[in-house]
Amino acid sequence: MTSIAKPLIPLAPLAKNELGLTIRDYEGAISTLCAGCGHDSVTAAITHAYWELAMPPHTIAKLSGIGCSSKTPTYFIRGAHGFNSAHGRMVTIATGANAANRELSYIGISGDGDSLSIGLGHLAHAIRRNVNMVYIIENNGVYGLTKGQFSASADIGSRLKKGDPNTMAPIDPILLGLSMGATFLARGFSGDKAQLVPILKAAAAHKGLALIDVISPCVTFNDHEGSTKSYRFMREHEVKEIETDFVPIRKEIHKSLDENDATEITMHDGSIVRFRSVPSGYDPYDRQSVEEYIRERRSRGEIATGLLYVDETAPDVHELNNTTAQPLNRVAYDKLCPGAGELADMQRHFR
Amino acid sequence: MTIDTTRDSDVRVNDFSIKLANVNGTGSASANSLLMQAIFRMGIPVSGKNLFPSNIQGLPTWYEIRVNKSGYTARALEYDLMVAMNSATYAEDIADVKAGGYVLFDSSWPLDEHLLRSDVTFLGVPLARMCIEHFAAPRERILMKNVAYAGAIVALLGIDMGVVSNLLSETFARNELLRESNQNALRLGYDYALEHFTCPLPFRVEPMDATKDSILIDGNTATALGCLYAGATVSGWYPITPATAVMDNFTRLCAQYRREPVENPAPGELPYKNNYLIIQAEDEIAAIGIVLGASWSGARAFTSTSGPGISLMNELLGLAYYTEIPAVLIDVQRTGPSTGMPTRTQQADILLCAYASHGDTKHILLFPANPRECFEFAVQSFDIAERFQTPVFMLSDLDIGMNDWVVPELTWDDTYVPDRGRVLNDHDLEAMKEFFRYADEDADFVTPRTLPGSDSKGAYFIRGSGHDKFGRYTEKPDEYQEVVDRLKKKHASAATHVPAPVIERRSGATVGIITLGGCDLAVREAVEQLDEFGIVADFMRVRGFPFVESVRQFVEEHDECFVVEQNRDAQLRSLISIETGVAIERMKSVLAYGGFPLSAAQVVDGITTQLEG
Repeated sequence: MTSIAKPLIPLAPLAKNELGLTIRDYEGAISTLCAGCGHDSVTAAITHAYWELAMPPHTIAKLSGIGCSSKTPTYFIRGAHGFNSAHGRMVTIATGANAANRELSYIGISGDGDSLSIGLGHLAHAIRRNVNMVYIIENNGVYGLTKGQFSASADIGSRLKKGDPNTMAPIDPILLGLSMGATFLARGFSGDKAQLVPILKAAAAHKGLALIDVISPCVTFNDHEGSTKSYRFMREHEVKEIETDFVPIRKEIHKSLDENDATEITMHDGSIVRFRSVPSGYDPYDRQSVEEYIRERRSRGEIATGLLYVDETAPDVHELNNTTAQPLNRVAYDKLCPGAGELADMQRHFR
Repeated sequence: MTIDTTRDSDVRVNDFSIKLANVNGTGSASANSLLMQAIFRMGIPVSGKNLFPSNIQGLPTWYEIRVNKSGYTARALEYDLMVAMNSATYAEDIADVKAGGYVLFDSSWPLDEHLLRSDVTFLGVPLARMCIEHFAAPRERILMKNVAYAGAIVALLGIDMGVVSNLLSETFARNELLRESNQNALRLGYDYALEHFTCPLPFRVEPMDATKDSILIDGNTATALGCLYAGATVSGWYPITPATAVMDNFTRLCAQYRREPVENPAPGELPYKNNYLIIQAEDEIAAIGIVLGASWSGARAFTSTSGPGISLMNELLGLAYYTEIPAVLIDVQRTGPSTGMPTRTQQADILLCAYASHGDTKHILLFPANPRECFEFAVQSFDIAERFQTPVFMLSDLDIGMNDWVVPELTWDDTYVPDRGRVLNDHDLEAMKEFFRYADEDADFVTPRTLPGSDSKGAYFIRGSGHDKFGRYTEKPDEYQEVVDRLKKKHASAATHVPAPVIERRSGATVGIITLGGCDLAVREAVEQLDEFGIVADFMRVRGFPFVESVRQFVEEHDECFVVEQNRDAQLRSLISIETGVAIERMKSVLAYGGFPLSAAQVVDGITTQLEG
């Protein structure tokens, strides 16, 4: 994971967020991914979203597994604590970190190989536990670092660069999430930052695991004719009927533009997610409706993007376990050790 | 008819062993441990070894009780009394009794003539018939048979009936019906034996005062207590025999001691909050991942598992070693390889744990010998893991973990302060010009770390990929080697922090015997017995890895050295040779790896045979 430090050239005065930080403060090292890689656009969206959220960098923990996508945490929020773990295991580390310190904001970056093959079991169970984190799958349908094998998200009939078609059914992380009880599911396209940034902000505000599947084309191995994860395919087949805005807690909340269609969800931290438009009959709180919509679009060869499902009421991992509000890594030792007297006392039962 | 049981004029007090052969799932375990516990309460050193199948119901299972006034309670291979309650194994069980011994059997049905032995006394008790007469419910008739034979044994061994009766009352304090039927069944067997046999048998118990300051505890419970007292707050685990009870107990203890009351709980809210989080993971890979994430974040975290789990954890153990994250792993070893024999014991994960993961890795190991050391070493494991920022394995085993042992009462020093190792806080960071994760090593070659959430000045990027001492990615040979060379020195430096070897010398010793873990009692007993044969041996039990200098010295001081361990490949011997540089030929091996706890006879045989050869 080679990385090059980014020169901090002072340009024209940059806008500052509420912490007085500029977008530069949310950047990291210069990317060493291929020019035009979709992942770099996701990195840019993350940088932008967290800057806009004005989240103090040191309160963010960024984690990843192994693969092209997993290199990217080096490229954003240099002041955040980072953990580049092992292939497919990112979310297990994030689960433990969150268990120990529930106050930090966790963002996990993964890829389709990382999450849908080697780490599929971990993803499924992290969803079930509802670990409070943002979980991004930078999904390009292909193994890039090992030079172009199919991943488990490749569509049937999609072709490798050398021409072989995929014959096995793809794993759709959104449909998986729906069946595993996910509480926040979104799909984005790396080529659409305007859509991705508010989704990321809503994900960060969500209580529980926010899974974002970002179709992020691999320019080197999967951007050719016959690929269903290419820029061109996405431009031609993306359906953006579901549109959301994110209204941070600190901003004054204006009345919704269209009283009839807008649905608002108050997130755990008090911010608001507003559905500006959804197709008729679509209910982002109803798993069945969401699943039917995605499947119906898919049968027409279309890929539905947007914030597809959200449930802000479900308990997260700490609520499920009734954990104390104080982060466990800060609970004083004298509260944890019952002491000599108690040890002597309890041993009466061992006689 | 009264069977005269006094033909043997040699009366042996508090020195015998009995074996109980049962069918698993019939409730015999509680009757068997009742007997063992009663003997313990009479102040007599005793052990109980449960030799059970990997099965829930219907297969043969055995329980061995050894009573030894000198405290040598390792497994004995000769049985004075066989309680033959499983007709399917009559033949082998009756063959197991030593000449002059006794067989107690259910005489509701006649015993096949071909099973009879002339050198053994058969004591028939019509257990099934008595229970059918006295109890109505079918399940009760089966369960009470166990308590009835326990009653007969109480009479035959001279166990204090009052002690046994009290134990039953305590066990069933809350269930009067069960209490009464148990007491009745106990009395049935007891009275029958008194009426029909000369009680007690020539080998018998008499009260002693040897267990006054001792407790009866299994290693898994003691380990869980250690983790509780060490201040562990997070654990990730996956169910596996024989380690499951570690987490079961930790969960139970946390529920008892780690709940903070909530004043005025909201409707539907529990009146307390947990100062712990135990996650039953989807597999052992996730379990260790959870431990690493929590340890990275500064919580004391651990997992408990057995060999197959360690195999799965190998990948992330390399990550932890290389990125220097503390972790505590409790490995309750069972018989491998593969599924092996999950309910049998072994010490065959030594090399697996010492070098777990790909690439150059070395880990810190602690080898407890009994439940008391499980408690103490569990606490130390956390201190060492955080001091050295690396995984620490405590290698218990099924025999230690799942059997009840008589050990001195556990003690705790309230002045104990956890060693959290070198962790920088924001105040420390403020005073620094710049923070680099793998620079500024101390005398133990440990570098300071920060926790996520600390000031951005302390933010760094953990990476399992090649890194230099500044924590930056590297593919340069020198920069890479500088870090892994320090890791090697750091590991070596831990030698004086792990529990020191126990060395016991005898004057005139020519032989050195080295062992570890649960072999302790059997080997000590063997040393005594060898002495009687004129073989004087020094004894060393290693309790941790890396090895201190005295381990090498011990081997070199003795012309004849034997390493006694419970695995096929002499793993401890290899580890000593590899890590101290002593030629492997300098050490001979005594190996017992069939899955049952070690007995002194195996050690004595192994050593005398080789010395004669």
